[in-house]
Amino acid sequence: MISVEHLSKRYGRHAAVDDVSFRCEPGTVTGFLGPNGAGKSTTMRMICGLTPPTAGRATVAGRRYRDLPNPGREVGVLLDASAQHAGRTGREALAVAASTMGLDRREVAAKLDLVGLDAAAAKRRVRAYSLGMRQRLGIALALLGDPRVLILDEPANGLDPEGIFWMRGLLRDFADRGGTVLLSSHLLREVEAVADRLVVIGGGRIVAQGDKSELLAGGGTLVRARDTGALRRALDAAGLAARDSADGLLVPAETEAVGQAAADAGVALAELRPADGRLEQLFLTLTAESTKETGK
Amino acid sequence: MTTTTAPAATTVEPGRRPGVRRPSLLRLTGVELRKLTDTRAGLWLLVTIGLTTAVIVTLQLVYADAEDQTYASFFVPSLLPVGLLLPVLGILSITAEWSQRTALVTYALVPRRERVIVAKLAAVVLAALASVLTSLAVAAIGTLVSGATGGAGRWEFDEALLLNAIVFQVANVLMGAGFGLLLLNTPLAIVAYLLLPTVWSIVGELVPALHRPAGWLDTGRTMEPLFSTSLDADQWARLGVSLLVWLVVPIVVGVIRTLRREVA
Repeated sequence: MISVEHLSKRYGRHAAVDDVSFRCEPGTVTGFLGPNGAGKSTTMRMICGLTPPTAGRATVAGRRYRDLPNPGREVGVLLDASAQHAGRTGREALAVAASTMGLDRREVAAKLDLVGLDAAAAKRRVRAYSLGMRQRLGIALALLGDPRVLILDEPANGLDPEGIFWMRGLLRDFADRGGTVLLSSHLLREVEAVADRLVVIGGGRIVAQGDKSELLAGGGTLVRARDTGALRRALDAAGLAARDSADGLLVPAETEAVGQAAADAGVALAELRPADGRLEQLFLTLTAESTKETGK
Repeated sequence: MTTTTAPAATTVEPGRRPGVRRPSLLRLTGVELRKLTDTRAGLWLLVTIGLTTAVIVTLQLVYADAEDQTYASFFVPSLLPVGLLLPVLGILSITAEWSQRTALVTYALVPRRERVIVAKLAAVVLAALASVLTSLAVAAIGTLVSGATGGAGRWEFDEALLLNAIVFQVANVLMGAGFGLLLLNTPLAIVAYLLLPTVWSIVGELVPALHRPAGWLDTGRTMEPLFSTSLDADQWARLGVSLLVWLVVPIVVGVIRTLRREVA
């Protein structure tokens, strides 16, 4: 379990993280979402005791991170896959960590196997690793001590589509077995597939948090037919208000009701899907703002 | 990989977790010793330190007067070049964590940073002691060869020399580590370590008003007696004061800086 209470971090006059609070419960995957520079990494570093907070506190498994006797056995951390000694082999990087935690050496081979780094890859120096391989090594490092909590900063960066699919399965499985996962991303689609809960941060402040289904719902239904006029009449007849959007008609109702209305009127549909919810809109606005700011 | 899991791993949260104990300082020192040797750069530095000793002894076998080829005379000259390389080892052991950004992993695993620093200092001190043992061993080989090839090959050795050598090399490696802790940047620490004491020596020579303080603060001068015989009280005092300035102060300030620094 992770608990973050009123965490703030100021650099001079700039508030990188401003009064951030959230909780991650066992058995859930929490997606920590925000555009680049929103304060995700700083928040995660504060949770892990690497950045001293200006105010507030964070606990993992009920204790401050620095009070955990052997943190690697309780919290798996991947904050930056590139933060490995370029001159060490992948196996040696894990062996050093295993030795620090007091783990059996067999764990190293087991975790290398788990993340799909074969014997040849394990013997190579990290300098020669692709970003995807470094992410896999970082995930192996996070899992090395068989922790109950995972804190991963942009773990999908550099992974190929197959790798992203694999990682989702791994994290889902970890949470389903009772683990707590906090993973950050600047891409909504990336965490949408695996997260149960979402915490959205922008400009250092939390702008939305809650269950994924709640946050993503409420956008209504997007429907499209070749004969738009007939579709509009069918929706009118069913008492559903429709308005035009760029992709078709936007209806403030469930997809089932819209589909039924069209079927009743015998209108053939070309597309029927939940429209982007307010979270998508919010996220687009945040991203646009941060792009504007960095462009200044 | 698919989501197949071993039956034993059905839950992430078992009731009791064995081994969730704090890693001991002994364990951490072992880890830091391992880090000194597990990269090419580190390994070659250690190999170079060993080879330097061998080269110096070989040169003496070839060029020194036969009469002067004693155990002590093989041992002492090998200390100086090694004493130049050991600080680099001390610097790298500290600064590599920051230049390679492994500090992010190291301090996530051991959030009590002072424990990592103590382990690092212990590891480099052990390396310095090992270098003295190497010097002793290579000097012994030199003495044997000298005896067999018509040199003096006498086993003359003042025990005070061994103590002096240990003080010299341990101080050297810790001064390097201190500069590393203070500056947390490899090139900056190496340049500062090589330059500052030298500049200070030159300034101390040039400025008459600094002659007296230089006798207490210039490690080049306070360490010199270590190569001859046992030191008297005044010499030890001068050595202690100079090491306070060049060793203790950088380590203390550097530890404070490392404890407070943001790891990113």
